[in-house]
Amino acid sequence: MAEVTIREARKRYPGATDDTIKGIDCDVADGEFLVILGPSGCGKSTLLRMVAGLERISEGEVLIGGRVVNELEPKDRDIAMVFQNYALYPHMSVFDNMAYGLKIRGLPRTEIRERVEAAAALLELSPYLARRPRQLSGGQRQRVAMGRAIVREPSVFLFDEPLSNLDAKLRTQMRVEIKRLQQRLGITSLYVTHDQVEAMTLGDRLMVMNAGVADQIGTPLEVYHRPATLFVAGFIGSPAMNFVAGRVASGGGAVELAGGHRLPAAIGGSAAGRPVTAGIRPETLVLADNEPGAVEAIVDLVEALGADTLVHCRVAAAGPDATLVARLPGSVHARQGETLRLAVPDTQVHLFDPETTRAIV
Amino acid sequence: MAAGTAYTPPAHGDRPARPAKRRTRATPAGMVENRRRSALMAHGVLILGLLIVAFPLYVTFVASTHELREITNAPMSLIPGDRMIDVYSRALLRGSANLTSATPVWFMMWNSLVMAMLIAVGKIVISILSAFAIVYFRFPGRMVFFWMIFITLMLPVEVRILPTYEVVANLGMLDSYAGLAVPLIASATATFLFRQLFMTLPDELTEAARMDGAGPMRFFVDFVLPLSRTNIAALFVILFIYGWNQYLWPLLITDNLETVVVGIYRMLNVGDDNADWPVIMATVVLAMVPPVLVVLVMQRQFVKGLVETEK
Repeated sequence: MAEVTIREARKRYPGATDDTIKGIDCDVADGEFLVILGPSGCGKSTLLRMVAGLERISEGEVLIGGRVVNELEPKDRDIAMVFQNYALYPHMSVFDNMAYGLKIRGLPRTEIRERVEAAAALLELSPYLARRPRQLSGGQRQRVAMGRAIVREPSVFLFDEPLSNLDAKLRTQMRVEIKRLQQRLGITSLYVTHDQVEAMTLGDRLMVMNAGVADQIGTPLEVYHRPATLFVAGFIGSPAMNFVAGRVASGGGAVELAGGHRLPAAIGGSAAGRPVTAGIRPETLVLADNEPGAVEAIVDLVEALGADTLVHCRVAAAGPDATLVARLPGSVHARQGETLRLAVPDTQVHLFDPETTRAIV
Repeated sequence: MAAGTAYTPPAHGDRPARPAKRRTRATPAGMVENRRRSALMAHGVLILGLLIVAFPLYVTFVASTHELREITNAPMSLIPGDRMIDVYSRALLRGSANLTSATPVWFMMWNSLVMAMLIAVGKIVISILSAFAIVYFRFPGRMVFFWMIFITLMLPVEVRILPTYEVVANLGMLDSYAGLAVPLIASATATFLFRQLFMTLPDELTEAARMDGAGPMRFFVDFVLPLSRTNIAALFVILFIYGWNQYLWPLLITDNLETVVVGIYRMLNVGDDNADWPVIMATVVLAMVPPVLVVLVMQRQFVKGLVETEK
């Protein structure tokens, strides 16, 4: 059991002109499940590997259980890691795969056997202990990788996109298993993924990373409802948030869009005239035929998903080229070329500074 | 298949129906005949080739079972004689009859064996360690060392024979097993082979081992060695035969530690005297046995290695 603290951590690869990790601060509480989410190349795996001790920390500190681990070898950090491709030892049986770390630590044979068997039972791997990894299915291999981490009884689990090699169905299943396991064992976990569904469902908190910076750290709902930057707003949620340019209307309470429409928004009048980017989640748009605040939208494309219908439309009132995506109930049957009237509640409009890309609170 | 890739073996039922291989029923009679004819042709060529290769070996064997008299009388008999045990024991225990200081063949074979084993094992040990260092450690001049090793590919013993002889002579290793083996041990090919092999092992494997607390040598013993087992076996076969067949170098530096390949040459080199052909032929046959044995024994490992797809 341990908390993980990352203090102003930076990583610069030798020969690189720019930092890959540009100063990240984060506290992970004991037993917490932190998901590090971001697009590929944002540095999320690098950050995890810095905690793991597989990458040197150029600047800053990483503490595990209150102890600075910058100079410690991975094995001395009291952590266990699950790799994306599992990294099982191909020439060892499932039992030996799980037992290897314990053997190196010099644990007595009987204890190794007990621990491995307990982990195997937990993961329903008991019948496969004598098999080689190549004789297992993808899901089973994944479980062996988890088992290898569990038997070590570490104070921190590190997961590096552990589910991305599985098919969609298995991924959902394993996601639930990981969550259940983590709750049961109560071990502090850092979990890297680019899948926002995984992130939202697994994490106690999310760290959304963008180009080496932690744009926002918060609970999944905080991140969803109060995105701190344009990037977070666009990255979380599917389909992605709509962005339209405008200025704060004189007297406040609304944003005047480029197309002339006054979009009601929670903002004071002191900022009148200030350019802003307004963000509207597709799922907050509603059909509003008779409301005065609604805008006309010409349907461009319809994606019927059954439960929902995604409607892509051009909205002249929002700007010359403004297109919005609305997530409407599945009962809505819109046709291309048709005109709809859409409205959005003012509490649901997110405002961002187009210069700094940060949210205007 | 790579270790990491998530590969789920498809259930048998899911496998796409394989197109039937033998469609004898569907093919017209002419095609069946054609196929049979081409099979006959192929076998004919193979058998012919086999006969061409095997015939000299057979003659060698036959010659080693007769007395000298019967061999030198043309035409030589092509049926094995009855002197086999006599000739072979003479060769093994005494050596060629008309040499002033004949070396018994068993001793030559022992020398050859020691040399071939030293070369094969030495080369494997040195090259696997150097490849391990080059692939897994970041040290200054890593690539310089790699290319230095690589350049030695262009410098086999035959090219550097004089300086090598001088070095070995100065070290007092002439006519010793060390002198026989050491100059032949450094091997760029094997280093390169292991380097390529290690580079195919996924980085995550190394990292997982590191997480488990395996230090470099532990990793070498527990991962690198077992994972290159089949390559080591293949290399051993090649290197053993390479070592066993060495001729020029042993000829140059040995006096008493005659190897069997050199021994055959010395047996032939008797001037006006008649060469002891039965004994020479028996020596030739005996000289062939160990490499053949190595191939036969290791072949199993080979096939196993090819079937096993663990990496």
